[in-house]
Amino acid sequence: MIAALFFYLFSAVLIASAFLVITSRNPVHSVLFLILAFFNAAGLFLLLGAEFLAMLLVVVYVGAVAVLFLFVVMMLDVDFAEFKQGFMRYLPVGGAIGAIVLLELVLVVGGWRVDAASLANVASPAPPAMSNTLALGRVLYTQYAYLFIAAGMVLLTAMIGAIILTLHHKVGIKRQDVAAQNARTPKDAVELRKKSFRQGV
Amino acid sequence: MPSLLDQYLPLVVFMAIAAVISGALLVAPFLVAFKAPDSEKLSAYECGFNAFDDARMQFDVRFYLVALLFIIFDLEVAFLFPWAVAFHQVGVFGFWAMMLFLGILTVGFVYEWKKGALEWD
Repeated sequence: MIAALFFYLFSAVLIASAFLVITSRNPVHSVLFLILAFFNAAGLFLLLGAEFLAMLLVVVYVGAVAVLFLFVVMMLDVDFAEFKQGFMRYLPVGGAIGAIVLLELVLVVGGWRVDAASLANVASPAPPAMSNTLALGRVLYTQYAYLFIAAGMVLLTAMIGAIILTLHHKVGIKRQDVAAQNARTPKDAVELRKKSFRQGV
Repeated sequence: MPSLLDQYLPLVVFMAIAAVISGALLVAPFLVAFKAPDSEKLSAYECGFNAFDDARMQFDVRFYLVALLFIIFDLEVAFLFPWAVAFHQVGVFGFWAMMLFLGILTVGFVYEWKKGALEWD
């Protein structure tokens, strides 16, 4: 009963904030509504018993991906007046694409039949006498080890790709080099020269 | 109701109290504070100048690099949690699977260190 109440609360706030993500004028507000949507999705995961996934959604999406989105929004340098321009011009094409996608979704959802027998085979988020995190850990590193290592490869690719795309060192910048600075002696730093009088340097 | 959700009751209570307090603090100034606005009070004040620029300015792309590298290591740590919980059950194979995973990411870490991506000019 209370779980159902919370389900409707989370779903309603999730849908409302998802709607506000795409309708709010200010992109920064959109990102904030996206964070609210993430929190509510985490609540829904929790109601399903997928505890680890819920916490991961908060840690990774709210903690990191939302920050990334904020940086992207700030980097885009959006001109709000420019947003309005060309709205009418692109409306027919955009509306047509939206209508096609909507039609496809209606066809898919309308043709969706769930076999009652298959529902019995749905994996439980937490088998009896076991927490969700433990259940995940038991299969993730043994049965699905190949996918796990593949995830590591994807992360490696993302790391190298990010560095290659965005890293550019400015030239002519003096950096600290502790070893070189400590190894410096007066002998290499100071040079004494004999100069004759009234000759200039 | 399963016992799992019962464990989250303190969190619900905490969230409810936090919502009430923050909502009250948000609404109370509108109700009780003395307000006498005029155009000078409401205008942006920037050390006596008119505002030079929008507060929303373009960021350096290097902030993005830092955030992206943070996400990757955040995910790496997230993968460590179920491993630590199921450590006794996954056995030697699970142990070495994780070591391989950490090794792959260490390759990336050494790469970014050598490349100087962790240094801020």
